[in-house]
Amino acid sequence: MREGLCLRDLHVMRAGQPLVSLSAEIAPGEVLCLMGPSGAGKSTALAAILGALPRDFIGSGQVLLDGRDVSALPPHLRRIGLLFQDDILFPHLSVAQNLAFALPPERRGRALRSAAVEAALEEAGLSGFGPRDPATLSGGQRARVALMRALLAEPRAILLDEPFSRLDAERRAQMRRFVLDTITARAIPALLVTHDREDALATGGRVLTPMGVPVSP
Amino acid sequence: MRRRPGILRLAPGLTLVLLIGPVVAGLLGTLLPALSSRAAALGELLSWPGLGPALWLSVKTGVMSTVLALAITLLLIASLQGSRAFAALQHLLSPLLSVPHAAAALGLAFLIAPSGWVARALSPWATGWEVPPDLLVLNDPGGWALTLGLVAKEVPFLLLMALAALPQTDAARRRLQAQTLGAAPSMAFAVAVLPALYRQLRLPVYAVLAYGMTAVDMALILGPSRPPTLSAQVVVWMNDPTLATRGIAAAGAVLQLFAVLAVLALWRGGEVLARRLLLTFATHGLRGRKAEPALRGLALASGAGVAFVLLAGLSGLALWSVAGLWSFPDALPESWSLRIWAQAGDGLAQSTWTTLVIALSATAMALALTLACLEAEFRHALRPGDGALVLLYLPLLVPQVAFLPGLQQLALRLGVEGTPLAVAASHVVFVLPYVFLSLAAPWRAWDGRIALSAHALGATPDRVFWTLRLPMMLRAVLTAGAVGLAVSIGQYLPTLLIGGGRVETLTTEAVALSSGGNRRLIGAYALIQMILPALGFALALLLPALLFRNRRGMGVGA
Repeated sequence: MREGLCLRDLHVMRAGQPLVSLSAEIAPGEVLCLMGPSGAGKSTALAAILGALPRDFIGSGQVLLDGRDVSALPPHLRRIGLLFQDDILFPHLSVAQNLAFALPPERRGRALRSAAVEAALEEAGLSGFGPRDPATLSGGQRARVALMRALLAEPRAILLDEPFSRLDAERRAQMRRFVLDTITARAIPALLVTHDREDALATGGRVLTPMGVPVSP
Repeated sequence: MRRRPGILRLAPGLTLVLLIGPVVAGLLGTLLPALSSRAAALGELLSWPGLGPALWLSVKTGVMSTVLALAITLLLIASLQGSRAFAALQHLLSPLLSVPHAAAALGLAFLIAPSGWVARALSPWATGWEVPPDLLVLNDPGGWALTLGLVAKEVPFLLLMALAALPQTDAARRRLQAQTLGAAPSMAFAVAVLPALYRQLRLPVYAVLAYGMTAVDMALILGPSRPPTLSAQVVVWMNDPTLATRGIAAAGAVLQLFAVLAVLALWRGGEVLARRLLLTFATHGLRGRKAEPALRGLALASGAGVAFVLLAGLSGLALWSVAGLWSFPDALPESWSLRIWAQAGDGLAQSTWTTLVIALSATAMALALTLACLEAEFRHALRPGDGALVLLYLPLLVPQVAFLPGLQQLALRLGVEGTPLAVAASHVVFVLPYVFLSLAAPWRAWDGRIALSAHALGATPDRVFWTLRLPMMLRAVLTAGAVGLAVSIGQYLPTLLIGGGRVETLTTEAVALSSGGNRRLIGAYALIQMILPALGFALALLLPALLFRNRRGMGVGA
């Protein structure tokens, strides 16, 4: 049994056109990069791994997590985390409520849960931001909350959908470092989708197109 | 998603059955007796001397009011959209959408009656009248007062439907394109936007046409009485305590149904002609520059006229309810008095309570069905076709008077006739289409990535629905609920028939009072009747603003 995220002959077709063709193993702590211009099937590949393909797409192949086939599971049971390019924070909840939403129900007890939320905020350098309205945070702060929220759900793998593309150049490098370091430190296998060479270089790992062709960034 | 595969999947089918079932069952219940055992009834109907005039009156008032309401609506958008006057009119007319038909009709009646505000304003200095003149302005044999009332009530409806449809027609860019080619604004609208807009507006227009031809409450208040419109006469026959006129009533209802179908077919033909005309305009390079100022003036005058008729009428109702002595031709009462409120307080409270119980039950049912349908559509990636939309409109297109009598018979056999619950169930048929139309667009526009994000965090579809989507959609849900309340509160015929005359709501009471002369009492009932829906809309605005006052991303800022 191999640890990590394994994509076995993952294919997606739409209207007879192949969009995705991937076979790859991503070890815990490794970051595999998917690169290509927009419309090249990057987001389709993520949807296929999450189990959320729209109806007119035809997918085949398997997704294995730590050796377990999760292909038949709905998205909420796969334990695969996701970061969008826009940090999708729930607008009607406070920052702390957003984080608590992700905590698994097995973590019982109000004190324990709020301690976990507080610890996550501290790790992101956002101590005391719990009661804030997410709409009042800066772009970089929101991106960090979104990452901590994804990690609090204790995912076995994480997908990053151009998570840095909305940040300005300076914050971008900072945020990229923070995300990659955090993921490596927790030994989570990660798949980063990007059209940016800098992002691909920073991961220091393999880079593929959605059709599975290796590229050198 | 996997845990309870069956239940939600059934929601769209169940909703259609609850929506279409009563219409079909009611039609059969009306048609069968009229066609088979009571063929004699048809002969009876044909020998009624008032038949020709009554039928003509229905057709005339329905078609005239629809043509005028549609023309005013399109004129407003064509020549004024984007101007400050348009924004002002929109703000004036939007809240008036929730005013029940009966209240609007009563307000108009108070305005144009020989002793109404218009006559008072002109007397005695211009007219010389010291006492109300003996003129048949109200309930005129030509049905013009009824037409005016229908136009005033339908313009806000069509305007809001058109404004909701406009963004889907790429209107702004198309119009600008036509204007850069030299067309005046109105012509640019007519040639470049109208065909696409009308396609979206067709079903609402048909609903207005069918309603205009068959409205009973407005016809009883504003229309002539010898003969009344066909629908009003059918209801008079149905309510005959001797039951001797049941047969002729059913035959009249059937005739009314075919009259509506025939007029809808003719209207469809008219659409083809209008389209040809528009194409001719376009290909002949008509610019419409000379007509533009006149069209603007006409739009302003008619839009302001509609707003005036509604607002002045409703103010008149409010004023009469607190008037003491108010003799002709004084423009305002000499004294003020709350006597009528004290006298009628018990009856008013009773009717208000009944109205609210029925409206809240019908709306809760309609909201639950709508939410279940929309959520099923989302989870199972269903794509409802155009046919579903037509079915949704069906209860608004089939004349109430054609299927409610049959439904009443059914309610009688089931032994539920005359109960508030049965009345509420019949209201669902009319409330549901409006609730669905109001909620569907904002619900479908919700960002699906929020659901995906939450699933990736391990949240089940049920949790996403209850803790994310429903709270985020609170304002849209409450607004749809307010629309549902307004529709239910305004229902006259289903309340009268399914309630067997024993379920007394504000609307049935107000219409019943309208033939009497107690203006203070009518004013009080009509005032409550229009305040209730307004309260619903106020709540739909205030509650989310209060709950999410610290959440800028919810867009509810004060």
